[in-house]
Amino acid sequence: MLSRTAENLFWMGRYMERAESTARLIEMGQRMTMLPGSYTDDEWRSVAKASGSADRLNDEAQITESTIIRTLILDLDNSSSIRSCLERARANGRAVRSALTRDMWEALNDNWRRLEGVEIASVRRDLPTLLDWVKARAMLFRGAAATSMLRNEGYFFLLLGSHIERADMTLRLLDVKYYVLLPESDAVGGGRDYHHWTSVLHATSAMRAFHHVYRGDYSPWKIADFLILNPAFPRSVSLCYSQIGGYLDRLADRHGTRNACQSNVHEMIRQLETVEMGELFQEGLHEFIMDTISRTRQLTFEVYEDYHL
Amino acid sequence: MFNEMENADGSPRAPYSSVAEWIETTGLDLLRQRSAEAEAIFRRIGITFAVYGEGGDPERLIPFDLIPRVFSHAEWRRLDRGIRQRARALNAFLYDVYHRGEILRAGIVPEQLIYQNAAFQPAMVGVDPPGRVYSHIVGIDIVRTGNQAFQVLEDNCRTPSGVSYMLENREIMMRMFPELFAGGAVEPVDRYPDDLLATLAEVAPPACKGDPSVVILSPGPFNLAYYEHSFLADLMGVELVEPTDLFVDDGLCWMRTTAGPSRVDVIYRRIDDDFIDPLVFRPDSMLGVPGLFNVYRAGGVTLCSAPGAGVADDKAVYTYVPEMVRFYLGEEPILENIPTWYCADSDACAHVLDNIEELVVKEVHGSGGYGMLIGPKSTSDECTAYTKRIRENPREFIAQPTLELSSVPSLAARRIEPRHVDFRLFCLVGKSMRLVPGGLTRVALREGSLVVNSSQGGGVKDTWVLTE
Repeated sequence: MLSRTAENLFWMGRYMERAESTARLIEMGQRMTMLPGSYTDDEWRSVAKASGSADRLNDEAQITESTIIRTLILDLDNSSSIRSCLERARANGRAVRSALTRDMWEALNDNWRRLEGVEIASVRRDLPTLLDWVKARAMLFRGAAATSMLRNEGYFFLLLGSHIERADMTLRLLDVKYYVLLPESDAVGGGRDYHHWTSVLHATSAMRAFHHVYRGDYSPWKIADFLILNPAFPRSVSLCYSQIGGYLDRLADRHGTRNACQSNVHEMIRQLETVEMGELFQEGLHEFIMDTISRTRQLTFEVYEDYHL
Repeated sequence: MFNEMENADGSPRAPYSSVAEWIETTGLDLLRQRSAEAEAIFRRIGITFAVYGEGGDPERLIPFDLIPRVFSHAEWRRLDRGIRQRARALNAFLYDVYHRGEILRAGIVPEQLIYQNAAFQPAMVGVDPPGRVYSHIVGIDIVRTGNQAFQVLEDNCRTPSGVSYMLENREIMMRMFPELFAGGAVEPVDRYPDDLLATLAEVAPPACKGDPSVVILSPGPFNLAYYEHSFLADLMGVELVEPTDLFVDDGLCWMRTTAGPSRVDVIYRRIDDDFIDPLVFRPDSMLGVPGLFNVYRAGGVTLCSAPGAGVADDKAVYTYVPEMVRFYLGEEPILENIPTWYCADSDACAHVLDNIEELVVKEVHGSGGYGMLIGPKSTSDECTAYTKRIRENPREFIAQPTLELSSVPSLAARRIEPRHVDFRLFCLVGKSMRLVPGGLTRVALREGSLVVNSSQGGGVKDTWVLTE
């Protein structure tokens, strides 16, 4: 497969995933600003930070819902805004049209322009509907890929991109919340944390799933355990990594090689399988998260290297 | 005006009898409804066409008119012979001008018209492309002005586009009106991609042993024919590459793949000469594949069409094509040219200036229907302004009589009305020649308009060649 095609599919997967994650983050932010005792500015700032757009808002004295809508939904100059992600995913798709099925193309093509010329005020009037629409588009695209695309190299690059992005987003979300909660060496836990931690579950659509596993025991390490180590939850770092490992295995089989990126991912999977949450907290959850974020970033470079992207 | 569907007495001409009956039984309402459905399908699958310099929608649809344009089998046979003859002559001419230049020495075509032509590539002198083929896809535009009167409007020897519409228009028609095709009354066109691939494989370079690796080279998604590039790559099952995907090493051309470098033997390039190789054609350009031309010259890769093929298709060289047919093939041209006055000739120029309000005047290097003057449809101020331009630079202009293009019934705002059409055929030239029975009919959808270009309100129609 052409390197450029593989690269386009990889990023198409990432952009669609990022559009959805950003929608979830904004949902979380909106929910948190409605809670008693919250500081709107703080909540939105943490949302911006998790989305990787914080630098764009450094100069803002006060961050409001309108600021967030402008920057995270509508701003084409921000490569992480929902509009940017949808347009880039489509542009990537258009550049590799013959690598997509018609269903996938249609799922991408209909997204285009929905956010063109839309004003902040009109988004504010019905934010939940818009965010639901974004999630639905991402799911439609994923469904189209799952049900119509040949299981060839292209498919694995697409899913590799979306799972790297997904793991990254869960990690950044955890990082932001950790940072907000524990500016110093404060004890973990305590009443004021409750809403912050549950909001993380909301942002990953994990509320119900968490209930099934832990029956409402919202201690921070349980939540961290769920989002990092749970082998069944689709957005957990552990599950994302085991998927990534599977895609890299299948790519390597096709090429009849074994690559550095593959070995590193399997090393990572082994660690996630054996480590206990207690150890992670002891050794520093924050350090672990930072380290995993940087390994995830490194992974993209390794994939680029090994597959000549 | 020749209405292709009707005899003088209003009865349908024989090739159109089934279409006339179909229009009658289907009725205007259903046709309109189907027309809207067809547009929705085109939009959804993304068959769009970008138009430079017009602003607005960067991915626009070309309007599709449902009522097909029909040729009888006998009409087609004549077109087929005429087109093949012309494509042979054009390729013979290209070989000649890049070698001994016999036609120039014989004084049939003026030397300066070739050697000073911007499309002439000095780097191609003495290069021998496989099979001596320069233009592998010759797109020839035909107009019809009477029952037996077919004339060539223009030749396209570089990278003619539009064939995707020929294929998609037929797909849509077959999907929406299967009953029209029952019994195999219409010659299929769907073998075009296979023919194209076979043609490209036939001109594999000497360095290629075994099954040639063919690619389509596109400038990328911002090109206005990008849809067609990806469509053809898909149907041929070949890679669609951009210049940055290719590189040259060890006298061969390679593409970058996830498994490392992979050989490329034949490049169907849909980019201009200027952007093939910055080392040879355009040193100021960052685009292209450095070193590609050297590999081509040494027989390591084949470029289709060959660089410099465009010297055969400008509007001034066009006037000499009938002479080329006589000179190289020793035959009489089967298809005529439209009488053309080239303003570089002072007598011709005087004639043009005296009769400008009767004539169509075009820029020699223009295309897309831009920058031309249709005398009978222009104001006297426009004619005066154009006269001034011709006087200043006569070599840049040709003129032709304003033709009464034939018309075909089309779906208009209120009813079905005749609209003017032209026709582009795609002749494939490898070791053998291939021509699918069909082509692209373009239709001027504005009432009375003679401009069929999609950039100026033109649409397209499915084109049928009836079986015997």
